[in-house]
Amino acid sequence: MSAWSITEPTSRQKWIAGILVVLYAVITIIPLIWIVATGFKSPADAISYPPKVLFEPTLEGYVNLFTTRTRQTEEYLAANPPQTWYEEIVRQYDMVIAGPSRYGERFVNSVIIGFGSTFLSVFLGTLAAYAFSRFKVPLSDDLLFFILSTRMMPPIAVAIPIFLMFRTLGLSDTHLGMILLYTAVNISLAVWLLKGFMDEIPREYEEAALIDGYTRFQAFRKVVLPQATTGIVATAIFCLIFSWNEYAFAVLLTSGTAQTAPPFIPTIIGVGGQDWPAVAAGATLFLLPVLVFTVFLRKHLLRGITFGAVRK
Amino acid sequence: MAEIVIENLRKEFGDFTAVQSSSFRIEDGEFFMLLGPSGCGKTTTLRMIAGLELPTSGEIYIDGEEVANRPASQRDIAFVFQMFALYPHMNVRKNISYPLISQGMKRAQVKARVAEVARILGIEDILDRPVGGLSGGDRQRVALGRAIVREPKAFMMDEPLGALDAEFRERMAEELRALHDRMGATTVYVTHDQLEAMQMGDKIVVMNHGVIEQFGVPQDIYDKPASMFVADFIGSPPMNFLKFPGVLARGDRAVRMHDVELGVPLAEEGFRGDLVFGVRPEHVRFDDAAAYRGRVLATEYLGTTQIVTVDTEGGQLKVRAPSDQRVTVGDQVGLAFDRRTITLFEAASGRALCSELNAGVLGHG
Repeated sequence: MSAWSITEPTSRQKWIAGILVVLYAVITIIPLIWIVATGFKSPADAISYPPKVLFEPTLEGYVNLFTTRTRQTEEYLAANPPQTWYEEIVRQYDMVIAGPSRYGERFVNSVIIGFGSTFLSVFLGTLAAYAFSRFKVPLSDDLLFFILSTRMMPPIAVAIPIFLMFRTLGLSDTHLGMILLYTAVNISLAVWLLKGFMDEIPREYEEAALIDGYTRFQAFRKVVLPQATTGIVATAIFCLIFSWNEYAFAVLLTSGTAQTAPPFIPTIIGVGGQDWPAVAAGATLFLLPVLVFTVFLRKHLLRGITFGAVRK
Repeated sequence: MAEIVIENLRKEFGDFTAVQSSSFRIEDGEFFMLLGPSGCGKTTTLRMIAGLELPTSGEIYIDGEEVANRPASQRDIAFVFQMFALYPHMNVRKNISYPLISQGMKRAQVKARVAEVARILGIEDILDRPVGGLSGGDRQRVALGRAIVREPKAFMMDEPLGALDAEFRERMAEELRALHDRMGATTVYVTHDQLEAMQMGDKIVVMNHGVIEQFGVPQDIYDKPASMFVADFIGSPPMNFLKFPGVLARGDRAVRMHDVELGVPLAEEGFRGDLVFGVRPEHVRFDDAAAYRGRVLATEYLGTTQIVTVDTEGGQLKVRAPSDQRVTVGDQVGLAFDRRTITLFEAASGRALCSELNAGVLGHG
């Protein structure tokens, strides 16, 4: 009898699986490393060929990202020596800092719109999913299909009607407009995901709470919600990733006050030559919130992806 | 504590009628069993009494108050679920105190009550444990604790022992009954297990296909079944049915079955047509002198008794005999029936015919 088992992989299988995982991880992480590294390169290093793996790191990209700069006469430069480390960086090119760039504002817009629409999608999605899961909603199957059908085409396919609609309603380039738009796209995902989670929560828990003297809403809030946390968090991550990264609608519908970071970052290229380090720096910073959010909640995310696969 | 009266209660789910116009009365302090096979409407009835399901029509009185359309939270009853439904995100103490918190009870008082309940149930040492890791029996006790802590008017229990191991079930059944006797609370208990119903219940309602087949004390249900369904559902092995065409007149004390005259209780109604002769296995005796004959097909040894299967002209019949009685497969035997215990049924409807045995009981159904 050999030690053969269905469930336990052999050590060779483990090695092959391990190598494949590492290979895949490397392939996916190279662009990330590239972006993060480019953010710390000087403009010359960024475009050197062959690419430099080892380089002298500089914060030039980040300074350029957050500032606008202008050229000055030699007299002015001589009369006004640089006061700070970032002014010194700019002086290498005989420039002075004219003021802050728009990146900060755009980043804040992304936060407002991304988290705002995520909150709204998950909030409405949770209530809708609970209703679909627990109550006899007339035509509920048709309604659920209808909700899902909004995701059967790429959202950008309806860009022109939405553009016209937003212009008529005065929602173009407003935070509210973008929050509503991303919520509309995300809510189908939210309802479907959350309905799956709600269906898994036995009704007896709420019934017990009803009998214990609580109202339907109290039972929902105190008994159902705590158990749906995993699903709610997983759904929130999916919604945030979409609305945070969305580019096409943002380009089309925002230009000023409500512009998010994704359409802003490429515009940096045009300011004073092809400033790849600044672009990379903008992209790196833009990654951080979702990264932090996801790392904090990754346990829930994993359960969210595999939900329904295994009965508790 | 409360008396519960059900009048013409009916529940439909779309085209399906789960409960058909049921009426019965549960006396104050009674341990009341709703018994029947799965899908018979017993759980739906219980859920309507609790307020988890709204009846299509009919009335429910708890303590004289009509509550059929009130939400569960306003009925002041407790419910023990089959899967216990302990709140998984709370520990034992919080689970038990949760019904008290909804009433806005003061913290010190809640603490005292929970401690009291934990003492009664013997779960003081697990109060601060999460409910996830508890054994089935402990979960059951916590669920009971959550039910009794509020001192409600009545308890509803939906197969509360169904999720436990067989070994544990017996012990919990005893504990439950002892708890009921101690608290004297009206309890409505749903089960499909006839032994559990007979063992624990003061009164039993037997349901089938949404209809109440019989309502009464366990002894009456066992000895004087109102229908073939009840006679078959209760008892293990169930009542024997021997089918024969015959005539019964009011006042008869015997019937002719397959040319053999057999004594029955004094008939109070007459019938002509297909009849069923119903007799419990323990009311059949082997008697070589008896006129009704059969051939032994099999024997099943059960310790103090044995179950002997006999093939007769009216069909197969099981006899509970003392296990020291020697019976050999293939033997021709004579069968004597205890005439006082016989129930005759109409074969077509399954209804028991009225006799001096069951006259007082059939009125209830």
